[in-house]
Amino acid sequence: MISEYGGALGRRRSLPARLLASPARRLDWALLLAVLALSVIGAVLVYSATRADGSEGFLKKHVLNLAIGLILGGVTTALDYRLLRAYAPIVYGAACLGLAVVLTPVGATVNGSHSWIVVGGGFQIQPSEFAKVGMVVLLAMILGEPRDGEVGPGRRDILLALALAALPAGLVMLQPDLGTTLVFATVIIGVLSMSGAPKLWVGGLIGAAAALAVTVWWTHLLKPYQVHRFTAFADPSADPQGAGYNAQQARIAVGSGGVFGNGLFHGEQTNGHFVPEQHTDFIFTVAGEELGFIGAALIVALLGVVLWRGLRIAREAADLFGGLVATGVVCWLAFQTFENIGMTVGIMPITGLPLPFVSYGGSAAFANFIAVGLLQTVHLRHNPYE
Amino acid sequence: MGPRSHVRLVVLHVLVMSLLLSLGGRLWYLQVMNGAHYKKVAADNRIREIVVPAVRGQILDDVGRPLVRNRTALVVSVDRTALIRQRDGGRAVLQRLANLLGTRYDELALKVRLCGPGIKRPCWPGSPYQPIPIDDRVDARKALQIMERQEDFPGVTAQLEPVRDYPRTEGATAAQALGYLQPITQDELNSRKGLKVTGFSGVDLIGRDGLEAVYDGDLRGVPGDRRVLVDNRGRVTGIASEQPPVGGGTLVTSIDAKVQGIVEKALSQAMQDARHRGDPADSAASVVLDVRTGRIIALASFPTYDPSVWTGGISQDEYDALLSKQHGQPLISRATDGQFAPGSTFKISSLPAAVKDGYSLHGIYPCPSSYMVGARAFSNFEGESGGDIDLHRALVMSCDTIFYKFAYEEWLRDGGMHPVKNPKDPMEKMARAYGFGRRTGIDLPGEAPGRIPDRAWKLSYWNDTKKTDCKRAKTGYPEIAKTDPARAAYLKAISSENCVDGYVFRAGDAANFSVGQGDVLVTPLQLARAYAALANGGTLWSPRVGKAVIAPDGSVRRRIDPVKSGRLPVPSNVLTYIRKALTDVPKEGTAAGAFGGFPFDRLAVAGKTGTAEVYGKKDTSWFASFAPANKPRYVVVAMVTQAGTGATTAAPAVRQIWEGMYGLTGKPPALPDGNVPDRLPTLAPDGTVNAPPGFAVTSDDRQPAPAKDKQPVPAKDEQPTPAEDRRRAPAKEERSVPANDERSAPAHRRRPR
Repeated sequence: MISEYGGALGRRRSLPARLLASPARRLDWALLLAVLALSVIGAVLVYSATRADGSEGFLKKHVLNLAIGLILGGVTTALDYRLLRAYAPIVYGAACLGLAVVLTPVGATVNGSHSWIVVGGGFQIQPSEFAKVGMVVLLAMILGEPRDGEVGPGRRDILLALALAALPAGLVMLQPDLGTTLVFATVIIGVLSMSGAPKLWVGGLIGAAAALAVTVWWTHLLKPYQVHRFTAFADPSADPQGAGYNAQQARIAVGSGGVFGNGLFHGEQTNGHFVPEQHTDFIFTVAGEELGFIGAALIVALLGVVLWRGLRIAREAADLFGGLVATGVVCWLAFQTFENIGMTVGIMPITGLPLPFVSYGGSAAFANFIAVGLLQTVHLRHNPYE
Repeated sequence: MGPRSHVRLVVLHVLVMSLLLSLGGRLWYLQVMNGAHYKKVAADNRIREIVVPAVRGQILDDVGRPLVRNRTALVVSVDRTALIRQRDGGRAVLQRLANLLGTRYDELALKVRLCGPGIKRPCWPGSPYQPIPIDDRVDARKALQIMERQEDFPGVTAQLEPVRDYPRTEGATAAQALGYLQPITQDELNSRKGLKVTGFSGVDLIGRDGLEAVYDGDLRGVPGDRRVLVDNRGRVTGIASEQPPVGGGTLVTSIDAKVQGIVEKALSQAMQDARHRGDPADSAASVVLDVRTGRIIALASFPTYDPSVWTGGISQDEYDALLSKQHGQPLISRATDGQFAPGSTFKISSLPAAVKDGYSLHGIYPCPSSYMVGARAFSNFEGESGGDIDLHRALVMSCDTIFYKFAYEEWLRDGGMHPVKNPKDPMEKMARAYGFGRRTGIDLPGEAPGRIPDRAWKLSYWNDTKKTDCKRAKTGYPEIAKTDPARAAYLKAISSENCVDGYVFRAGDAANFSVGQGDVLVTPLQLARAYAALANGGTLWSPRVGKAVIAPDGSVRRRIDPVKSGRLPVPSNVLTYIRKALTDVPKEGTAAGAFGGFPFDRLAVAGKTGTAEVYGKKDTSWFASFAPANKPRYVVVAMVTQAGTGATTAAPAVRQIWEGMYGLTGKPPALPDGNVPDRLPTLAPDGTVNAPPGFAVTSDDRQPAPAKDKQPVPAKDEQPTPAEDRRRAPAKEERSVPANDERSAPAHRRRPR
């Protein structure tokens, strides 16, 4: 058989051709392009939300964050995810340590949550973002142990997983960071059910989560501002100066965009800073106002592509561990997407969670790109015979 | 992955996609279906209507000196609505503010609460949505701290605002005439069209008294309208539309600051001197009127106060002091709102009434020391007898018994105790023709009408009081009987008499009326315009303080002219006769002591003393005068309550006023050549004021502060004798003074004849 690429022609292969032949060719390009598109849109929206201050500082920092994120994602992609099993305890330990440090006086409070470690030079680290990566990898490691003959993980594994997951979850709750806690809960339930755990466990866990929520609600364990945020989405006029104000202004900004939007940089609600935290948690309102339904729906669709590709990667993963890593990432990103956009359009309560790939924020960007890297590495190695 | 996992993965797939779809659906609902609604909400969100305040106009005197002007002050204000929204209701912010301003938290807290039923000052009487001024004397450093540390002082602002300033030019306060400003109340906002809350605390005020109230519409100007685009913090990002404000007009008054200053000084001096003599001298008033135009040249009332206490929120102590009887209720303008028995100054009305009724102007009448009015003897003042004299002499020496005779005979002709159907009542009718018993219509609020106690008044008063009188006629006065049985019996007798026929106009009523005693009450202003009518040949003016309103560009917006409100039904020869008689009063009559050594050759002053007896109090001292006697220009009336005879207290004060107006003691005259300007001062667009030709705004003769110069002291031998032995005719009580004074018990009101 004559090689198509043989002879002189083969030696003088063009650069694209060489790239196509490399592992890069086997990357999930749809996933990557969707993420890059979201990142570009996000950078533009961050600029729109912050340019009124007369500086491009936010934009520059955001681009820098994205660049670092891309590198971290690339490194993660290059790693064989199976090696992660070995590193999982280290990732987990580092995440827990970070969360613990936040609770010491070293930690800083931003927007009511004691979630930050100030590094200096204007940079801050939010360990809870990295803890999401640690949580996914740890759960996948424990619940994805190769098993013979068993359909799902045993009771010991499940209890161990829950016990280890409880530590970072508890630390996050102490900050308090309700949003991240909910992300953890979603990831735990998602990975556990996908690991093939018995129905009783899955159902029991969902039931326990619900019962816990009700208990917390009734015993007033939540801080008043958390309750306010939670209830404001249902009735924004109840607290027009606090969380209700946010919800109302967000809804007005999104709604006033109409079908085609007011045009990029022409959002008058955006320019007037009516929506708080507009470059971070409420970035979607900029899209809604300036780009209209067309732009907002495009972002939802791009995020849909990311999640769809993630689910596909989970299904086609070479082993249970890879599948569970992908499942964890999908649960994480899916919950954050739905919660974030949901709160800006008034169908979810307000919690402090950024919109993946779009919101401003270094730690979140790094964690998100590492998550994409995890998906890619699982995808790259889905053929067990390669 | 196992088969179980595969099934669950499909479930997850469906779940994720349906969540995304629901987001899309919600976006469709918000943006496509309700986009138009939210576009409108968004527009309301970012456009704010700002009312741009118009600077309130000044109040100037006749040559353009400022009586009220504006100064720029750094005013610290608190937005109540913003405070309430804070978690602790603004407590922390007020505490910080109190520390910064060097005051106490509770004081600030009292200032920012809303006034309402049962809430005493200090409290905020204005609209709850207006910023509340806390302090208007903040130095720039503190103001800067407030503005730069907004995170520490949310809801607190410090901004430059114009506030009212009272320069006391030439020593003129005129506090009651000028009036004061108070925050607009919600009721006023609702009822007065065109009033707008500007949000600038110093400007959302409304004139509440005096000229500030009457000319509020002229002074206020028209606020502008600016629609601005704002961001979430209310910071202005652009202007949508703008309509500039129209500045308030400047009110030029006919008050002359120099004369006003002289009048105030003379009055306070007269009160001081009376107090040195042992009299309470608890209040005083004076009016200077231009007899040819009916314009007010000076209008003073004592006790007075410093009007700047109103600026920047009044404190509880200050407010209490303004209302308290102990401090003499200085808010009341006694020149226009106070009612007092006029005493003998009233004879300029009674005399022509008698002449009109048939008594000869040139007749000779007996002036015995007392005259029998029915069964009771009515005595002359100090029981003097004048012999047989003409009416000229009767005025000069102030003989009362001649007037008792006229009044009694007229009363008898009207039927006495059984009056004819249409009684002539010549004295009462003449008094009304002189403008007594009705408001003059001056451009000041709260004017009192005075009182002419004629038959109709007696009847209505009886109807009001007979219930109490008849009850007292039965029960008597047991509470007084305990200590003073004689007095109780006496009071009971009066009550039963009043109960039966208290409506009858009696001989004693008529006699008292003729000499301005009994139930007659006049305001100093009414007396001044009556004398002006006498002096100008019979024209009764409705006086005016305001002269014109000048727009900020210098054009005259409107002129304000006194209105002729009547003519005296008195032949000119009678008026001339009276004027001539009054010319002799300061020279050789009752006021000769006060005017000893007065340069009559330079200024012929004519006048009439009045000493009104007040039941339970000391006499009210009056002097009403005009000059120059041959060609009258001005009337000067002065009144001091509880201060002795007219000659003792009021006449020296009036002398001092004339001397100051015409410069008779070596100083430059307050009125150059005895003139007030006919023309208006002019206003340049830059705000500078130019006096009318022949007059100067700035004065070169600054008066030394507590001047104690040339107070004419009456010669010792001409001092009247103490009060005990000059009880005359019936004693009356004063039912004058301000409306908010409690009236005394009706049973006491009439003494037996």
